[in-house]
Amino acid sequence: MDEANMRVDRTSKSDSERRLSTLVRHLGASCSPSHTSISTERFENSKISLSPMAAFGSVFANVVQAPEDPILGVTVAYNKDPSPLKVNLGVGAYRTEEGKPLVLNVVKKAEQSLINDPSRFKEYLPITGLAEFNKLSAKLIFGADSPAIQENRVATVQCLSGTGSLRVGGEFLAKHYHERSIYIPVPTWGNHPKVFMMAGLKPMSYRYYDPSTRGLDFQGLVEDLNAAPEGSIVLLHACAHNPTGVDPTPEQWEQIRQLLRSRSLLPFFDSAYQGFASGSLDKDAHSVRLFVADGGELLMAQSYAKNMGLYGERVGALSIVCKSADVAGKVESQLKLVIRPMYSNPPLHGASIVATILRSPELYHEWTVELKAMADRIISMRQELFNALQAKGTPGDWSHIIKQIGMFTFTGLNKEQVAFMTREYHIYMTSDGRISMAGLNSKNLPQLADAIHAAVTTM
Amino acid sequence: MAFRAMISSHATQQSKWVPSAGVARQMSSWFGHVEPAAKDPILGVTEAFLADPSPDKVNVGVGAYRDDNGKPVVLECVREAERRIAGNLNMEYLPMGGSSHMIEESLKLAYGEDSDFIKDKRIAAVQALSGTGACRLFADFQKRFLPDSQIYIPVPTWANHHNIWRDARVPQNTFHYYHAETKGLDFSSLMEDIKNAPNGSFFLLHACAHNPTGVDPSEEQWREISHLFKSKNHFPFFDMAYQGFASGDPERDAKAIRIFLDDGHLIGCAQSFAKNMGLYGQRAGCLSILCDNEMEAVAVKSQLQQLGRPMYSNPPVHGALIVSTILGDPELKKLWLQEVKGMADRIIGMRTTLRENLEKLGSPLSWEHITNQIGMFCYSGMSPEQVDRLTNEYHIYMTRNGRISMAGVTTGNVGYLANAIHEVTK
Repeated sequence: MDEANMRVDRTSKSDSERRLSTLVRHLGASCSPSHTSISTERFENSKISLSPMAAFGSVFANVVQAPEDPILGVTVAYNKDPSPLKVNLGVGAYRTEEGKPLVLNVVKKAEQSLINDPSRFKEYLPITGLAEFNKLSAKLIFGADSPAIQENRVATVQCLSGTGSLRVGGEFLAKHYHERSIYIPVPTWGNHPKVFMMAGLKPMSYRYYDPSTRGLDFQGLVEDLNAAPEGSIVLLHACAHNPTGVDPTPEQWEQIRQLLRSRSLLPFFDSAYQGFASGSLDKDAHSVRLFVADGGELLMAQSYAKNMGLYGERVGALSIVCKSADVAGKVESQLKLVIRPMYSNPPLHGASIVATILRSPELYHEWTVELKAMADRIISMRQELFNALQAKGTPGDWSHIIKQIGMFTFTGLNKEQVAFMTREYHIYMTSDGRISMAGLNSKNLPQLADAIHAAVTTM
Repeated sequence: MAFRAMISSHATQQSKWVPSAGVARQMSSWFGHVEPAAKDPILGVTEAFLADPSPDKVNVGVGAYRDDNGKPVVLECVREAERRIAGNLNMEYLPMGGSSHMIEESLKLAYGEDSDFIKDKRIAAVQALSGTGACRLFADFQKRFLPDSQIYIPVPTWANHHNIWRDARVPQNTFHYYHAETKGLDFSSLMEDIKNAPNGSFFLLHACAHNPTGVDPSEEQWREISHLFKSKNHFPFFDMAYQGFASGDPERDAKAIRIFLDDGHLIGCAQSFAKNMGLYGQRAGCLSILCDNEMEAVAVKSQLQQLGRPMYSNPPVHGALIVSTILGDPELKKLWLQEVKGMADRIIGMRTTLRENLEKLGSPLSWEHITNQIGMFCYSGMSPEQVDRLTNEYHIYMTRNGRISMAGVTTGNVGYLANAIHEVTK
C-alpha cells in the first residue's frame, strides 16, 4: 500500500447529505456520487483519536460506484414522483386490484401453523435443504408420476429462489461439465448473464424475440442453436418468458426438444412462473415434462417467489435429472460442495411454508385456487388493455398484449415513447418497453391506455 | 393418497403431445464421470450419531447450542419476535443489500451503540447469509477489487473457511495460531508470521471464541497484534460468529474489534446470528467494511450488492425481521441479552464441571485448557485414534481433531463423558 496515501478526510454533514443519507439508508439503494457532495474538510470534533500510524488509506479507495440496477431505478423514480396519478409498471411482483402486495391466505395459514407448533426448531437445514421440500418441489414441476422421479434419477437441492438455483447449477456445470458455453435467449432477464459469468460459464446468445411480429423468432432460434457447438448448455424459460411474455407453442417446444437432443445440447430450464402463467400448474410445466419424458438429462431452476408470493423468503430448488440413480447420488454430493462455501445451508422459513402447503391436500388445493385467481386477474388486465386500445383506435397491432403470457408484456414501445409516457402520464416502466401487467388495475388501466395512445400518435 | 390423485387428475388433462422422434441421443450420462464428494467432516459426525442406536450415545460434535436436557433451544425473544412478524408484513423482496433496519442494529452491536463510524456513515454494510455468506461475499469482493491479494488463515480454523476463499479463487496462506503443547495460543509464532507477511496482507481473525480451539488472545495480546498490524498495514478481517456467546456479554466479546477500531484500522467484519440468537437455519448475518468516508462506503456497498445479485439476488427476509425486531425493541433486546448470557453461563459451567470431573478421576494430564478456552468448543488435545475409541467404545461423537462441542455437554452426560475421556487418555 502506498504509504504516502495519508487520509484524514472526514465527511461534513449538510442537511441535503443527511436527507440523502436517510434515503439511501431507507431504500438500501445505491445513489450516484454526484448527489452526495461530500466535502473533504477535516472533521473538527472528531472523537476518534488516530494513532500516528493510522494514516494509511483504505485499500478499497479506488472502488467505483456500481451503476444503478435499471429495474430498481424505476421504483426509485416512481417513489420520488409526487403525482397522485402515478403508475408503477416496473415492479416484477404481483399486485392486487387495489395495487397492494399480496400474501396468499394459504401462506398465512401455513405460517401460523409453523408458529403454533412448539416442537419446531430453527436448527441448520442440511446443505441440500429441507428434504421434504425437495421431494415435493420435484413432484410439482416434473409431475408425481414422472419416470425420472420414480427411478430416483433426480438430484434436488433447495436453493435461494430462482437466482440461487441458477447460480448453484451454473457453478456445478463449470466444475463438472465439459462445455462452458451457455446459450441465453435475446432478450432475457437482466441478471441471467451475470449469474452464469460469476458461476464460471461463458454466456452466448440465441435469437428469441422478433420485434417485427412481437412474437417468437423461431427460425432465428433454430438457426442459432443449430450452430451452437455440440454439448453446449441452453437456457430455456419454461413458461412466461421474462421480459417478453412470448412462449413457444407446444409444437415448437417439441421441435426445440428434438433439436437439442439431436445435437446433445444440455437444457437448463428456468421456471419462475409455474401456475402463474396460464393458471394451471401442469400446463405451465408442459415444456419441462416434454424433455424429461424422452429420458434425457437436464437442469431445472425453480422459484416460489411469484407463484406462492414468497419473494423475500428466497425459496427455490435446483433439480438435475440424470440418466441413473447412481449418477444422481454423486451429483447431489457434488452440489453440496458448491453450496457449502457459498452459504453453508439454505434458509429454513420459506421452504417450511412451501412444504406445509404442498404436503396438505387442502392447503394445496387452496393454493391452486389463489394462484389461478392471480393468473386470471393478469389475463383479464391483458384483455382490458387490448380492448381499450382497440376502442381508442390506437394505430398498430396490439394483439401481442393478449398473445403474450405471464407477468410481463413487451409492448414494442421504444425508449423515447417510454420517456414520454413517464414525463406526461407518470407511467413508470423499464425503458425497453416492458410493462408488468401485475401493476395494472381497472383504476389505472385507462391512464395507461391514454398514455400509449398519446405516445404512439405523437412520437 | 388424495394428494397423488389430485396431481394425477391434473396430469391427465395434459396436452396430446407425446415425444416421438428425437429420443435423447446420448446413451450415457453427461455426469457419469462425477466423483462422489467426500462427506463434510463436521456434518458427517451428526449423521453417524443419528444412526447409532445406543442409549448412551452423546453428541459433542454439533456446533449448535443444547440446553441441559440436550435439546435444541428457540429463544423466547425469538418466539415473541416471530409472533409479532407473522401475517403482519408482506414478503416482498428486500433491497439487494438487505434489510436496512437489521443492518443498522447489527452494526451497533459490532461497532458500538454510539460508534462514530456509524454516525459518519463510513461503514459499507449488507445483510448476508449468516457468517458463511458474509465471508464469501467478502472473499468475492476481495477477488474482484484486489485480485492480487491473498488471505492468511489461522491454523487451525473452521474447515469451511478454506473452501470459501478457494471457491472465491483467492490464494490462501496460513499463520500459526494454536500451540499444541500448551493447548493455548502460539503467540510468538503468530507475531512472527504477521511480521513476515508482506505489507498490506489480508488476515482472517476470529473475533472471539476461536473455532475450533476456543483459544483467544488476551486483551493485551490483541493490542500487540493490532499494533503490529498497523506497522505492517495489514487488513484485518474479523469473523465474529459468537458475539455474546463467548463471555455472555456482547460488548466484551467485541473487545478485539474495538481495540482495532481505536487503533484506526479499517476493518472488515462478518457477523452471524446463528448461535447468539439461535437463528441457525434462518441464515441471518451481516458483512461490513469500514471505509475512509461516506462516499467510499456508498461505493463499496453498491459493489457488495453487485456480488450478491448474481448469487441470490437479495437476502431472505424472515431472519432479518427477527433480528431487527429483537434488537430494535428495548424490552426484547433486554430479554435477548439475558438469554444469551444464560447460554454462555451454562457452557462455562459445563467447562468447570468437566474439568473437575477429570481431575477427580485422577487423570495424569492437565485439563486446565478446558476452562481456559472459551466459547462453544474445547480443543481437547486428544488424537484421532483416541477420538475413534471414544466413538467406537463409548458412543461419543465428535470431530476427529479432538474438538468437543461444550454445548452438547449436560449435567446428565458430563460424568460419562469425563470417564470416557479419562479411559482413553490415561
